[in-house]
Amino acid sequence: MTKKKFDYYIKGNKGKWEVIIGLEVHAQVLSKSKLFSSSPTKFGAEPNTQVSLVDSAFPGMLPVINQFCIEQSVKTGLGLKAKINLNSVFDRKNYFYADLPQGYQISQYKNPIVGEGEIILDMPYGTKKVGIERLHLEQDAGKSIHDMDPDNTFVDLNRSGVALMEIVSKPDLRSPDEVNVYIKKLRSIMRYLGTCDGNMQEGSLRADVNVSVRKVGEKKFGTRCEIKNVNSIRFMQMAIEYESKRQVELLENNKQIDQETRLYDTRKNTTRPMRSKEDAHDYRYFPDPDLLPLNLKKSLIEKLKKELPELPDEKKERFIKEHNLSAYEANILVSEKEVSDYYEDVIKGCDKKLATNWITGDLFAVLNKKNISISQFPISAKNLSALIKMITSGKISGKIAKDVFEKMQDNDKDPHQIVEKEGLTQQSDPKELEKIISEVISKNQDKVTQYKSGKVKLFGYFVGEVMKVSKGKANPQLVNEILKTKLK
Amino acid sequence: MTNISEFSLTKLASGIKKKDFTSEEVTKTFINNSKKSKKLNAYITECFDDAIESAKNFDKKKDYKGLLSGIPIAVKDLFCTKNIKTTAGSKILHNFIPTYESTVTNKLWSEGAFLLGKLNCDEFAMGSSNETSFFGNVINPFGDKLVPGGSSGGSASALAADLTPGTVGTDTGGSIRQPASFTGTVGLKPTYGRCSRWGIVAFASSLDQAGPMTKNVEDCALLLQAMAGYDSKDSTSVDIKVENYSSKLTDKAKGLKIGIPKEYRVDNMPAEIDKLWKKGIDFLKDAGAIIKNISLPHTKYALPSYYIVAPAEASSNLARYDGVKYGHRSKGNNLVEMYENTRSEGFGDEVKRRILIGTYVLSSGYYDAYYLKAQKIRQLIKNDFDKVFYDVDAILTPSTPSAAFKIGEKKDDPVSMYLNDIFTVPVNLAGLPAISVPAGYDKNNLPLGLQLVGKPFDEQTILNLALAIEKRANFKRKINVWWN
Repeated sequence: MTKKKFDYYIKGNKGKWEVIIGLEVHAQVLSKSKLFSSSPTKFGAEPNTQVSLVDSAFPGMLPVINQFCIEQSVKTGLGLKAKINLNSVFDRKNYFYADLPQGYQISQYKNPIVGEGEIILDMPYGTKKVGIERLHLEQDAGKSIHDMDPDNTFVDLNRSGVALMEIVSKPDLRSPDEVNVYIKKLRSIMRYLGTCDGNMQEGSLRADVNVSVRKVGEKKFGTRCEIKNVNSIRFMQMAIEYESKRQVELLENNKQIDQETRLYDTRKNTTRPMRSKEDAHDYRYFPDPDLLPLNLKKSLIEKLKKELPELPDEKKERFIKEHNLSAYEANILVSEKEVSDYYEDVIKGCDKKLATNWITGDLFAVLNKKNISISQFPISAKNLSALIKMITSGKISGKIAKDVFEKMQDNDKDPHQIVEKEGLTQQSDPKELEKIISEVISKNQDKVTQYKSGKVKLFGYFVGEVMKVSKGKANPQLVNEILKTKLK
Repeated sequence: MTNISEFSLTKLASGIKKKDFTSEEVTKTFINNSKKSKKLNAYITECFDDAIESAKNFDKKKDYKGLLSGIPIAVKDLFCTKNIKTTAGSKILHNFIPTYESTVTNKLWSEGAFLLGKLNCDEFAMGSSNETSFFGNVINPFGDKLVPGGSSGGSASALAADLTPGTVGTDTGGSIRQPASFTGTVGLKPTYGRCSRWGIVAFASSLDQAGPMTKNVEDCALLLQAMAGYDSKDSTSVDIKVENYSSKLTDKAKGLKIGIPKEYRVDNMPAEIDKLWKKGIDFLKDAGAIIKNISLPHTKYALPSYYIVAPAEASSNLARYDGVKYGHRSKGNNLVEMYENTRSEGFGDEVKRRILIGTYVLSSGYYDAYYLKAQKIRQLIKNDFDKVFYDVDAILTPSTPSAAFKIGEKKDDPVSMYLNDIFTVPVNLAGLPAISVPAGYDKNNLPLGLQLVGKPFDEQTILNLALAIEKRANFKRKINVWWN
C-alpha cells in the first residue's frame, strides 16, 4: 500500500497553517468504590444514592485512599510505557461550587503518580508517536442540575469522589484525524488493561482540548485556547476544526488570540469564551494534610508489570507474525480486545485468511449496521469457525455461506443444521454438474458461437446460468473447470 | 462525706466498680453542679436527661469491664456526637446534628463512659480565650472576669469547676495545654497520629490532635489510654501500640535527662514564670532527673510559621461550610450571593481573619513566599527537636507566658493573643506529645502550668515526669465557688 502524505492544514488567505493539539483526557477509573470512600460508583443510580459522609464533606470526615484505584492508574501508566513515580502527592484544588461539597477537589498537582509516556498511532501516512506528559489521579465532582425547578438548582453527588485519571498529552497532535486515532488508541489500551471502560456516553471518558495554530514552518507555538469538557470524538473533531479556523482568521486579520477557556456549542458548532486567563480561578493548590504522600513500593510495580495483559501494539506485532496478517488487518483486529479475542477463537478451527476476511468484512458490516459491539454480536466464534470450515472443505459455496451467515444471526444457529435443513450443501459431484452444464450449453448455442469466436467475457454468463440452475449450490471451482473443457 | 464531684476520675471509676456509689449518684452530682454553674457558660448543649438514663442503665447492667465504666463525661463541642448537636462554637453549625460519632468519643463510650454534654469552645477552635465562640464567653472559675483560655475553654472551666470528672479537648497550637494551665488542671496533647481525628471538626489537619484534660496526672494517663489508638479511617493516625499508661505511671525520674531550651526564656517574661520554671527544674532534680541546657534555635520562627500553616489549612477545611449541605444558610439571589451571605453571617471575626490569611498565603504568587517557606521552617523546627532528643528524654518549659488574663484584654489585639501560644505552638509544628501540669500560682493566686515535651509516641515519659512535678508541687486548686 502506498503511504498517503499528511495534509491537514488550514488554508488561510495568507498561507498554510498548522494546527497544534494537546489533549487532557479524563478517564474514569474502573473500580467498585470511589477514590477516597467506599461508596459505589455504578452509573445511572438514583440521584444521591451513592453518597457517603466523606463524599458529601460532612464535618470531621477524612479521605482514605482506595488502593485499587492506585493500582489501576499504575497499570494505565505501564500501558502507556510511562515512568511510574514512586513518590507522589495529593493536593487540594480549592474552588467553590455547589456540586463540590468539600470546597476543594483532591487532585495531584506537582507530583503526579505517572510521568512521561507515549502512545503510538497508526496513521495512513505511517506510525506516529504522541508523547504523554503525565497521568494523575483526582476526584470527580458531583452534578448540578439546573433544569428541574425554576428557582432552584439540584445537586446529585453520586459522581462526587469517583476516581478519575487525567491523562495529559504533549502538544503532538496535528489534525482531527489524529485526535480520533489517539482517543481510540488510548481507550483501547485502557480497555485491554481493564482500567477504564471508555464509555463516552456515560461520561467515563471526556477531554479538554487545547488548540493553537502556527504558520507552516514556524517553530514557536501560538497562543492556545482550551476547549473544556468535550464528550465525544466527533465533537472534539468539530470543535478543533472550528477553533483552528477561528484562530487563523483572527491572526490573519492581525488580531490577537486570547489565552482562554472556551466551550464547544454542539448545536451551533462553534466555540465560545467561558473565562479568560484573567478570570481564571486561583486554585490555591497545596498538599492535602489529611493524606500522607503516596509512596509506592517497587515490588508492587514489578508485580503489576508481570500481570499486564498483552496490549494492542504487542498483539498487533504478534498477529502480523503468527497469523500472517497485513498491518492494516492486524490493526483493525486488535483495536478492541474483544474483537481480537473473538478472532483468535475463530481461527482455532479454520482458515486464518478466510476468517480475517469474514470478520473484517461481513461481521464488521453487521456491527456497523446494527451499531452494536462484538460482545452483542449473535454468532459465537465457534459457529463462525464452523461456517468457514464448511467453505474450505467445499461443503458449501462462499455465496451460500453468506446466506447461512445471515440465518445464523438468528440466535446463533448451528451452520450445519441450517445447511442440512435447507439442503444447501454444495454440488460437487462432477456428473451432476456436467449434466447441468450440458443443459445450459445446449440452451445457449448462440452464445457458445460468440464465445468461441472470441467473446471470452461470456464465460461469466455461463457460470451465472449454471449457478442459477443449481440454486447457487454448484461448486464454483468445478463449474469453472468443466465449463472450460466443454467450451473448448 | 466530701462531695464526690471533687473526686478524681480514677477514684470515681474505682468507686463505681467497688460500688461505693452508683453511676446515677455520680452523674446526678455532676449534673447538679452543672445546673448551678450557668454563669460559667461552659456548656453549649446539655445532655443531662440522656446521661441519667445511661447511668440508670449502667447501674442495672453492672458491666464494669471498661476503663471508664459508669462515668459521665462532657466533651468539647468539636467532637461529632451522634444525634447530638455539634456546633464547633460556630453559628454556621448552630443547628448541625451529626449522624455519626467521632472515633475518640466512641472509644470513651466503649470504655463505659457516656455523654454529659457538649462544652463551649472558641469558634472552630480558633482562639486562646474562648472569646470567639458564637455561644458567648466562658468564665474561668478562678475569677468572674477571667478567660479560661482557649480554645478548649469550656472543657477547662467545666473541669476546674467540677462540672465533669474529666474531658477531652483538641489542641492545634495549645488549645488543651493553655486552658489547662489557666485553670490549674492537667492537659495533654498526644503525638500527632496517636488519636484519631475522624469525626472531629477540622481546624488545621496537620496540627489538630485530640487529648485528655483531667484534674490530675493519674487521670490523664487513664483517659489517654481510653482515647488513643490507630484508626484506619484517619490516614494520618499511626499504628503504634498504646501503652498501659496507668500501670506504668511512676514519679521516678532517676537518670532521665531533661532539656531546658534557652530560647524559651523570652523577653518580658514575667519573673514569676521564670521562678516557676526554676521550681520545676528543682522538682525534677529532686526526682532524680539530670538537667541539661539545650538549644532549639528556630523557636522564634514557630509562631509566624504556625500562623501561616494553620490558617492555610483552615481556609481550605472551612470551605465546606457553604450553606449547601447542612448548617446555617442565608438567602441570596444566586449561588455566589448565597455563599457570601451564609459565610458572612455564619462565621465570626477571628475565623474570617484566619480564612483571609490562609487564602492569601496560598494564593498563586504568594505560595512560595509564605506557605512553602513556613513548611520549610516547620521542618527546621522539627529537626531542632529531633536533634536534642538524641541527648535528652524530655523538655521542660513553662506552658504559657502568663496566667489567665481578663476577658476583653487581648480581644482587639490578635497578635498579643497569638503570643499566648508561644510555648505551645512549636510542639504542634513538630507533632510531639506535651503535657501541661499545674505547678504553682502567680501573685494574684492564679494557677500556672509547666509544660513537658516528649519524644514521638513517648507519652509515658512526660506523664511520669508530670507526676513527679505534681507530687512535689503539691498544687491544690483553691477555688471559692462564687458562681452558684
